[in-house]
Amino acid sequence: MAAAVGYDDVKVGDELPRLVIGPLTRQDIVQYAGAAWDFSPLHYDQPFVEAAGLPNVVVMGMFTAGMASRCITDFAGAGQVRDYKVRFVARLYPGDTITCTGRVTRKFQAGGERLVEGELLVTNQKGEVAISGSFRAALG
Amino acid sequence: MVDRSYIGLCSRTFTMPIEWGKVREFARAIKDPNPAYMDPEFARRVHGGIPIPPTFLMTSMAWEIPEWESGRVIQLDYGNGVHGEQEFELLRPIFVGDVLSWTQRIADIYEKAGARGGLMKFAVIEGNYFNQRGEHVAISRSVMIEFPPKASAA
Repeated sequence: MAAAVGYDDVKVGDELPRLVIGPLTRQDIVQYAGAAWDFSPLHYDQPFVEAAGLPNVVVMGMFTAGMASRCITDFAGAGQVRDYKVRFVARLYPGDTITCTGRVTRKFQAGGERLVEGELLVTNQKGEVAISGSFRAALG
Repeated sequence: MVDRSYIGLCSRTFTMPIEWGKVREFARAIKDPNPAYMDPEFARRVHGGIPIPPTFLMTSMAWEIPEWESGRVIQLDYGNGVHGEQEFELLRPIFVGDVLSWTQRIADIYEKAGARGGLMKFAVIEGNYFNQRGEHVAISRSVMIEFPPKASAA
């Protein structure tokens, strides 16, 4: 496995590369629905969401979490994530643009691996938090 | 409506192969152009195989539905409930070519007072994934939340 960054080069407090994605479209949502087999009508059926009192179809939380996971894999390398946890705070809709940021909060060694832990935040274009998360990843 | 009697309910064992086409499709859907998922030659040279994105095990749902759908198993009121949290603990590397087997289990159901009164119910659904060598490779934890019933309009 190959890490993108070396353990010795990382300090607690270091920021992950900031990632901006969007504006998100209905096509993006449908593409994720197909890839993840997530066919709740909440994510594609306009009459259904209007009947439920929502302004628009909703971006799946796990779609946003998937996009945000790239923040960690761009930093630590693909296949290096050991734990990824997200809490869904607010809904996102088509037209929204997300910004993913993160930072390292801990460095330690365990199980023969050199690990970092950190926090992750996804906000929309108004700065409102959509997801707050945490991660653990192995570095080289 | 969710209640604690569902704790311990467990699915049968499901099995799925980790396929490059699906990994690539998923990576494209989450807008991750990492060559680890797109270029098998690169992936083998650099990573020792084609790895999976951190949330890729969401695709295992396609192998469970319609037989097992956690929200229905716990009788979640979908009009009044949400997927609140999700965690993937990745214990060992998972590569394209692996075959994973897993079960889903209602690990816990608990209540907390809601901010606007009433009781919020939380259900923790845990999936334990093993590879073709019997190694425990991943744990998924979903938290489904049901809000207090809305007051009747009548």
